[in-house]
Amino acid sequence: MNWTLALPEIVLAVSGLLILLGGVIPKKETFFPVSMAVIGALVLTAALVLGQGEGSAFLGQYVSDGFSRFAKVLILLGAALGLVLALDFNEKAGLARFEYAVLVLFATVGMMVMVSANDLMSLYLGLELLSLSLYVVAAFDRDNPRSAEAGLKYFVLGALASGLLLYGSSLVYGFAGTTNFDRLADALSGGQAGAGVVVGLVFVLAGLAFKVSAVPFHMWTPDVYEGAPTPVTAFFATAPKVAAIALLMHVLIVPFGEMSAQWGQVIWVTSAGSMILGAFAAIGQRNIKRLMAYSSIGHVGYALMGLAVVNDTGYRGVLVYMAIYVVMNLGTFAVLVAMRRQGRALEGIDDLAGLGRTDPAMALWMAVFMFSMAGIPPLAGFFGKLYVFLAAVQAGYWTLAIIGILTSVVASYYYLRIVKVMYFDAPAGAFDARPASLTVVMAGTGLLTLLFFLFPAALIGAAQVAVASLAG
Amino acid sequence: MLAVGLAHYLTVSAILFTLGVLGIFLNRKNVIVILMSVELILLSVSLNLVAFSATLGDLTGQVFAMLILTVAAAEAAIGLAIVVIYFRNRGTIEVEDVSTLKG
Repeated sequence: MNWTLALPEIVLAVSGLLILLGGVIPKKETFFPVSMAVIGALVLTAALVLGQGEGSAFLGQYVSDGFSRFAKVLILLGAALGLVLALDFNEKAGLARFEYAVLVLFATVGMMVMVSANDLMSLYLGLELLSLSLYVVAAFDRDNPRSAEAGLKYFVLGALASGLLLYGSSLVYGFAGTTNFDRLADALSGGQAGAGVVVGLVFVLAGLAFKVSAVPFHMWTPDVYEGAPTPVTAFFATAPKVAAIALLMHVLIVPFGEMSAQWGQVIWVTSAGSMILGAFAAIGQRNIKRLMAYSSIGHVGYALMGLAVVNDTGYRGVLVYMAIYVVMNLGTFAVLVAMRRQGRALEGIDDLAGLGRTDPAMALWMAVFMFSMAGIPPLAGFFGKLYVFLAAVQAGYWTLAIIGILTSVVASYYYLRIVKVMYFDAPAGAFDARPASLTVVMAGTGLLTLLFFLFPAALIGAAQVAVASLAG
Repeated sequence: MLAVGLAHYLTVSAILFTLGVLGIFLNRKNVIVILMSVELILLSVSLNLVAFSATLGDLTGQVFAMLILTVAAAEAAIGLAIVVIYFRNRGTIEVEDVSTLKG
């Protein structure tokens, strides 16, 4: 048995256990050193992922290919930078407990298992490892009623989604006779999938749609994003989204590839619904974290457009979109984490008023991220949208492409409103000095967003390789 | 004498599953009832898997059911912990009161 193939996951999980020990033993609080150790472990794992071989292990439960490597590098990047955002915030908010970093690490192990899963069982295992860690970090500010409520809501709806997914898995297992993705693909080839398998697939899709927060399973997103501490929201909006989208693609394309006529329609409807809801529901929001929640629902809608197209160009568009989405979202959340006046964390859009005068550098980066999210060329967000729209138009999905363009016009209203508030409203007072870690994340992601048009080939080439390994 | 076949198991499990889902949505009283409903859903899935496993003569379903048992235990532990911190903050676990976050 070729267990060394899963070396990145094993190394990360074992270092998680060791770091947990190292955090418990000292008498004083060890948040900072433990976070540094976790970031080190994530970087080491990323290096191992880049050198990971291809093949399958653990009796076909685990698979490593170009697709899983692409997703894992993105996930590790999102998790590491998400933890960097928490370093200073957690100290100031009284949340500097080392369990936070360890939970992020275990969530990351879960995500890596998810994207490498080649069996309904390992899929469920990875998904639960991720979800259980996320329930806890959502309620991490345990003396704050809003955080506790966010954790409770996320837990109840997340458990329901896991239940739907499992019920679907059991039906698929019963009517197709296996849980392994490759054997499922064989069993379903020839297009004679029975009604039982179709019903099972619909349940699985419902469970996964919840995890990516696509319409009509999005209702938890705004509440959880608003209630959870800001660095936790930043983490939720990046790495787990990529993992869930990658998992959704893997499940739909590998075992259920023959049933694309059925799931293509479902994804079409969810994509259109998410884009429309994300554009319109965000307009009236006053809380910026809630606004980012609706914005992330909208972005998932655009990414799913590439999946609804059901061809390799579309899949490549999804991967490019998610990579760009992670970078610009991390940058935006670096700005939101820095919103703090006289020691109090702020969440209102009005609190950004006059930022252009009080902190020109931060306002500039925020403007870059907002223009990029709105999809204005030549920023990175424009290219993300370009590749999915291009795929949709080439495959003749005109309606979907037109919905996408109209909703992105509507969405640009609320992105540009933030820019207007920052540059044209009377200043609401300066923010506290921000720590260097946030400046580094802001500037790094900001430069990537700003200069992406100079070197798009690297990312698009990597996405192309990833998709080729998935389809072949 | 009625022979109990796969269809009977699937029917019972479908009824349990529906009860669990309805229990989550229709329950207006208590969060603990939601936790019980979640367990009901997982139970229906395990029943499904074991019934299929016996019919197909394939052990995978039973392994999957054992996996669900262990994960369900972890899930219940975390769920109860979250309910405890919620109760400490609010002094109530009535479902209708879980509505501070809105918009």
